[in-house]
This record gives sequence, C-alpha cells and structure tokens, in this order.
Amino acid sequence: MSDIPLPKSSVTRVSQRGAEKGLPWWLLPWLASAVVLLALPFIFRSDTYLTVMSLMGIAIVFALSYNMMLGQTGMLSFGHAVYYGLGAYFVVHTMNWAIATRAPIPLPLMPLVGGFAGLAFAIIFGWLSTKRSGTTFSMISLGLAELVGSSSLILRTFFGGEEGVTTNRTKLLRLTDWTFGSQFQMYYLIAGWCLISAIAMYALTRTPFGRMCNAVRENPERAQFVGYNPQVVRYIAFCLSGFFAGVAGALAGINFELANANLFGASQSGTVLLATFIGGIGTFVGPVLGAVLVSYLQVMLSDITEVWQLYFGLMFIAVVMFAPGGLAGLVLMHVPLLRAGVLGRVVPSYLLALIPTAMLLVGVVMLIEMTVQLAVKQSEGPVMKLFGVAFNANLPGPWLVMLMLLAGAFVLFRLISPRMGTAWDNARSAAAERGMVV
Amino acid sequence: MLELVLISTLNGVLYGLLLFLMASGLTLIFSMMGVLNFAHASFYMLGAFVGYQISKWAGFWPGLILAPLIVGAAGMLVERFGLRNVHKNGHVAELLFTFGLAFVMEELVQIVWGKAPVDYRVPALLDFPAFTLFTTNYPAYKLFMLAISLAIFVGLFAMLTRTRIGLIVQAALTHPNMVAHLGHNVPLIFMSVFGVGAGLAAIAGVIAGPALVTQSTMAALLGPILFVVVVVGGLGSLSGALVASLLIGLLQTFAISSNASMADLFAFSGFSPQPNTIMNDLWRVSVAQIAPILPYLLLVLMLMFRPTGLMGNRES
Amino acid sequence: MSDAPALEIRNLKKSFGPAEIIRGVNLAVPKGERHAVIGPNGAGKSTLFNLISGLLVPTSGDVLLNGEKISGRPAYEINRRGLSRSFQVTNIFPRMSVFENVRCGVLWSAKQKYAFWRGVEAAPGVNERTEKVLEEIGLVERRNVLAGVLTYAEQRALEIGVTIAGGADVILLDEPTAGMSRHETDVAVGLIRRISEGRTLMIVEHDMGVVFGLADRISVLVYGEIIATGPPAEIRASAKVKEAYLGEEAHA
Repeated sequence: MSDIPLPKSSVTRVSQRGAEKGLPWWLLPWLASAVVLLALPFIFRSDTYLTVMSLMGIAIVFALSYNMMLGQTGMLSFGHAVYYGLGAYFVVHTMNWAIATRAPIPLPLMPLVGGFAGLAFAIIFGWLSTKRSGTTFSMISLGLAELVGSSSLILRTFFGGEEGVTTNRTKLLRLTDWTFGSQFQMYYLIAGWCLISAIAMYALTRTPFGRMCNAVRENPERAQFVGYNPQVVRYIAFCLSGFFAGVAGALAGINFELANANLFGASQSGTVLLATFIGGIGTFVGPVLGAVLVSYLQVMLSDITEVWQLYFGLMFIAVVMFAPGGLAGLVLMHVPLLRAGVLGRVVPSYLLALIPTAMLLVGVVMLIEMTVQLAVKQSEGPVMKLFGVAFNANLPGPWLVMLMLLAGAFVLFRLISPRMGTAWDNARSAAAERGMVV
Repeated sequence: MLELVLISTLNGVLYGLLLFLMASGLTLIFSMMGVLNFAHASFYMLGAFVGYQISKWAGFWPGLILAPLIVGAAGMLVERFGLRNVHKNGHVAELLFTFGLAFVMEELVQIVWGKAPVDYRVPALLDFPAFTLFTTNYPAYKLFMLAISLAIFVGLFAMLTRTRIGLIVQAALTHPNMVAHLGHNVPLIFMSVFGVGAGLAAIAGVIAGPALVTQSTMAALLGPILFVVVVVGGLGSLSGALVASLLIGLLQTFAISSNASMADLFAFSGFSPQPNTIMNDLWRVSVAQIAPILPYLLLVLMLMFRPTGLMGNRES
Repeated sequence: MSDAPALEIRNLKKSFGPAEIIRGVNLAVPKGERHAVIGPNGAGKSTLFNLISGLLVPTSGDVLLNGEKISGRPAYEINRRGLSRSFQVTNIFPRMSVFENVRCGVLWSAKQKYAFWRGVEAAPGVNERTEKVLEEIGLVERRNVLAGVLTYAEQRALEIGVTIAGGADVILLDEPTAGMSRHETDVAVGLIRRISEGRTLMIVEHDMGVVFGLADRISVLVYGEIIATGPPAEIRASAKVKEAYLGEEAHA
C-alpha cells in the first residue's frame, strides 16, 4: 500500500467523454491558460509584477516537475534542486559559449540545454537513487544533493565559487527584434516555456507510463504482477522529472543572468517541496496553485517580516496536519457539493469559523512578531507596529491580548467544530442522495 | 606521522561515537515507529542551545542534565500533539511533518538565539590539556566527551540486552510488525521512544556544543551526514549504525588532517593541467577539502555495490 | 507449443531461517486443468503461490512454466511469460478508478511497456480489452468509482479482473471467495469458471464446496508437503487426507 497522503476525493478520474465536434474538449483549459498568460502583463503592468509573475512561471514548471515524482509516482525527494541548479549552470555556460563563438542559437531555445543537462544528471543519479524506494530513496536524494552542493566548492572553475557565473541574455542570435532585455519580454519567454512544459507534463500523465506511475505509487508490489518493474517506472519518472526541473532551472538562469550555488541548495529543494505540497499533490493543478502562492508570499512576506520562512514552515506543517490534499484538495472536496447545489449548507458554519481562524492568526503573528521584536530587533527598542497598531512589546498588555486571542480561538474552535462537522455531513449526504458523490 | 595517526584516531572515534549517539536514537525511532525523523538533528541543535542557555544561568553541569530532559520532553510533546495526528496519513506524511518541523525549529532558534554562533564554553573544570602526545596537547574536555559517549553507548547496550523494554525494542528492530502486538501501550511507547531519541540527540548537542560551534546552522550541517550514516549502516540496524558512524567519523577526521592532493601525489610526473579547467580543480584539491563530501561518496559507493546498506535487510 | 505441463514444480523447498515451510513439493499441472490446492492453515499454501509467482525466491528446487524455468526470476518477468496471480488479501490500486485498475493489468500484454510518448486512450486494443474484462467481472457500472471505496465482494471481483486482464494462460487465485457470503461465493465461482475457460487454473481455497465443484484435480498440502494429488472423488475417499486434513477440520 502506498501512503502518499492524498484525500480520496482529490484523485483525478478518467472521464470517458469522447472528442466532440470542433475543438477537442481537453484543449479548452489550455487555450484559456494561454489567453490568461498572454493577457497578464497588460493587467499587471509594473516591473514588480512582471518580476513576480516571471518567478511564478519558473516555480510552476519546477513544482510540476517535482510532482511528477511526489504526487504521480510516490517518490519524496529532498534534493530536486540539483537538476534545477545544474540546468541553470549549463544554460549560463552554454550562453557564454554561444556569445563567445557566435554560435547561432537563439535564446528561446536555450531552456532545452538546461532540460538536457537535468536529464543527463538524472540519468546518472537516478540510476543510483531509484535502486531504493520509500524513506531510503528520500535519504539518498538528500545525500546526493549534499554531494553536488559540496562539489560546487571544489569545482570552482565550473561553479564559479561564491559569486557564481554570470551571462548576458541579450547578446545571443536574434530571430526577431526582441532582445529579451526587458522583464516584459522575459516574462513572455518564461510564460511560453511554462505553458509548453505544463502541457507536456500533463500529456505524460495520460500515457501508459503515466498510468503505471500512479500504479507504482499506489501499490508497487501489485504493479510487478501486471508485468511492470516498479524500479524502471520510478527511474523513468525520475529522469523525465529531472528534464523539466532542468528547464525550470534554465529559465531561472536566463531570468537572473546568473547561476550560483543557491540554485541547487537545500533551501531551494525545500521550497519546491513546500510549494508543491501546499498546493496539493493529488491533482495536476495543485502544484501550480502552490507555486503561484509560495512565489507571491516569498516576495511579499519577505518585505513585511524578517521571519517569513517561519510562517512558511508553520503553514506547511498546518497543511500536512490538517489538509493533506493541499489547497487543491480543499477546493476539490467541495466540487460534489457544488454540483449537487448544496454548497450553501456549509457556508454559514465556514463563515462562523472565520472568527476563531482570524483570532488564531492574529494571535500567532503577535506571538512571533513580539518575540522577534524583543529578541532579534533589540536595537530598535520594544515599540513596534503590527496591523497598523503601535504598541510596546515590553509591557504585559499586548502579551495578555495575544494570550486571550489564542485561548479564545481555541474555545471557539471547540464550540464551532461539531457544528461544522454536522453541516459537512449533511451537505455530503445530500450530495450523495443526488448521486454527486461516488 | 604516528602522532597524527593516534590523534586522528582518537578524534575520529569521538566524532563517530557522537554520530552514533544520534544515529541510535534515529534508528530506534525508525524501527519502532516506522518514521524517519527528519528533525532529529534539530533536537541535537536544540540540545546545544538549551544547554548553552542553562550554562549561562547555572553553569555547564546543570545544563548537561537538564537540557536532554527538556528536549526529550519537547520531543514527547511533538509526538503527542503533532506526529500522532499525522500517523493516519502514512509514513510519507510523517516524514513531511518532521521535515516541516526541522524547518520551523531552525527559524525559531534563529529568532531566540540569533544567527551568529553563541559563546558556549567548555566548563572550567575540564579546561586543561589532559595529556600530551609527542607535541599535541589533548584537551581534557574531549576525553570527557569520549567518556560520556562511551558511557551512554554501554548503558544503551545494557538496556537493550538486559531489560524487558530492551527486549521489546530488539524484537521491534528485527520484526517491525511485532510492535503491533504490544497491545494498548503502543501510544505511550511511541511517545517515550520519540522522547528518548530526542533526549539522546540533545546529549550529543550539549557535549558537542562547547567543542564545536553552537549555531543555528548546525542541524542542517549534521543532518544529512546522519542520514548517510543510517542508510550506509542499513536502515533499522543498530549495529550497522555503529559501524557506519565510526567509519564516517574516522574517514572524515583522517581526511581533514591530510593536505595531500593529486598534484602532490603525482608531482614527480611533472604533469600540470591547464589553469582554470575542471581538471585543474580536481588536480589541486586537497584531501582535506574533499572531507565534507566523503560521507556522500561513501553513500554512492554503498548504493552501487550493496544497496541495502552494511547490515540492512529492510526495504523501506 | 510443447506438450510440457503448463506448470511444473520440482522438489521445491523454502526455508525462513531454521523453519522449513515448503519441504520438497512436486507437482505437474497440465494445460487447461483446474487444479485446487487445499490444506490446513499454515500448511504453506500461500508460500507456495508466492514461490511460483516470484514474490519469494525458493531455497532450492525449480518451477517451470510451459517447460521453461521461471524460479528465481523477478515477479514481473514471470508475469510477462504468462502467469498471473491474485492475492488473498485484496491487492489493488486503491486510489485509482476501477477502469484504471483493470487497464493497468492490460497495458503490458498490449505491448505498451513504459511508453511515455503516446496517449493511453489511443493505444490499440487497450480500452476494448479493458471493457471486456469489466463486463466479465460485472463492474461496468462501477467503472469510475475509486477501487478503494468498492464493497468487499466488488474488490474481490476487481482483484480477479486485474489478474486476468493481461490474458495470462496460467492463473493462480489465492482464496478468491474468502470472507464472502453464500450468494457472493456462488457469483464468484461462476466468474472463476468463466475466466478459467481454456486456461490453466491453480486455486487455493478453503471452501470445500467451491473446491470440489470447480477442480479437475486436487492437491493436499500438509506441513509443506503434498500428501495426495488426484481427482475430487479420489481425494474425498482418501484415508490419508481424512486423517491429516478433513479430520482436523472436524475437530475444529
């Protein structure tokens, strides 16, 4: 039995809808995505937004490649950034070489270089690490990541030491008058590759191999008794995942015009795991949601608070504990209710639950930020501003407020949760009566 | 040369025993509960910091006793209110939970104690050279570390072979399904095992803290090596963990003390690669510089020739 | 086609540590036979199946499939050579739909291998074969349900469906009716009879009604040894079997 925490409702089912006349139905979501990607820069015009959206696009490719292993095949890797980072290094070196030798390779094709670099290293490291499965695989992925990370300090010629290796993306062969110097043009390069990669990775789930990935995730023993070697399935998944991680890394290298050791560090591997899991590993769109959210928060939270990574970690633990299907899983839980038209029955109790949730959030933020003010920012003194309110963190008052908020949230949750449970059960059985829950 | 060998052996065994202090807790938790505790090195770090804090208030010795107890209790709370709730979602969820925990613990330690190393001092009582070997003064504190590690090692061994609890644990090591037959005490046993494991890691932290650097990065630095130890030893095997700990301890210690490089070794050949090439990087790198990657190279070799680890027989 | 037996077991032994569980089993199952293995609990019936199907490696002895040695080979290779098995404890892909479960059983035999470059829907013959198996096991209506939420009897039927989906010539069924009601058992026996038409079947079963109604020949396994092999009437009449097995059943 596999034990990847997917909620039952969030697993995609095959629909047997055939192709209708005109556009095949499966093309529609992709066309819609393409339109959205094209339109976004005209809605969010500032450079900040373009930068953030570019980061999101890179993160989406990376998270989707990660989920090929975690969500689709049931392999938990702690070292996926290796292929991302190597993708970035190889593309930067290739670009520098192309600039120096005037090799006629246009920039839009460069991400392929990263992809093949990621693939090549995944073929080597995957051969070693997919010999084992489960927890041992995870530990090996961590060990190999450390191996590559430490090697970067030795092979300084290739990895460029602490500074890394820089490049200039505007100096390559141009096919049009786009130089990709501006973030606007860079965004479109990333968006294009993001869409192509997403389609390719989605298509992969619809192949015989993609189905066997799920089978190996679910029950590797049984997969053997229908003729498949689970080790080979895992190995292929690892390699393909490495390819797309390499593409993502190459996009990052081109975007920053820099490859350095941070790109394959442990925190990069951790971030992609966090993003993918928070978004939800049980569906194809989950990692996309997670990548968008985490990239946004990384930029926005790091402006607001010094300890944004702590909030990330807490959010991740909360998802692991209370919503193992991630955000996408939470949304999908409600789809049958929506279809049956009984979603309204759970809304009141959800609204009610907003009160203790807000209290809990404010309480936790106060606890963390007041501690930070007193411990980390001693030099700034005890007076701080939170949610627009200025107060002195050295006085007992704010601490009392914080404790009351937390205690109040706890009591209210206790009071409300039976009500939520009943509302949920009612709505669900109503949906079941209408044949919307299988 | 003999001096170097003797000192390095002592240091290597010491480092190996420290690794085993942690690896044993990790192995116990894994064998009993099926969870590989990603946050194990974080408890080591927490042990060092709590020990440091207590040493500031009350001196080193109360810290040596209290810090492992406090961290052990914290471990039990983590099991009771965190891990246990995740258990129903399977081992991957549990591993992810401990991963998140390691992430959060590092951040918390940074908030409370900052990012810079703290000044965790060797107690005055032990701050003298124990003996002089040729020209090297061997610090008494290191001997003390050695003694503590050995004492715990012997204690653990005695507990495993002489007590009822030890027999249950041993049975669980070889027959993981055994644990299911322990009856209604399972939650309590899980909580205790997790607490003891965390406490053992904390002891390692308290005694290593003054000798090494007590800093918020110490968990991230040691954690991966620890996981190499348990994979190389064979997941779930205590004796394998011991052998692997000592092996890696000696390997790294000897490597650090050697400045030889390929360039030195083959100096007679007159060969010299082009500067600024990868070949040149490899040619000039000293053994000491590759010391940090040796455990991972060992892991790779082990996977190529004996994928189940030195003494392992369990698949996942 | 050679005229070797579909399945031949030669002096097969398996020990776990000091305990010898299978102690020299010899058996030949000719093509097209429905062969039942019975025996008291702990006799080693499931171990025997695990040895034949490649889940376990024998300590010594050989297993031959159509005259070819298969013992010691990995399970997936044995399956590819045309031997498929079901499990005593339901062993399916719980968070995949019924349809997907069966299709996974079809893919390799439809020569899809590890193909990641073509769509599964377009693979020739795959969906048709899946539909046929779904019909055979009576789960057409439940095709889109996740396998993990099926009823027990439905899961047992799916277990058989996954086993036969690849079209193997030799089918091993491990207690297919265990835990079923009388009616469910009757349905399952009908299913087993249909799917074993023209194939070689080896079945471990506790329900004597099922065994004597279904099997052409029966082997009695006691303490890792086959003490008798023969047609149902002969086994029923054998004093040795009564003493070793049926007698014990009467006491229990």
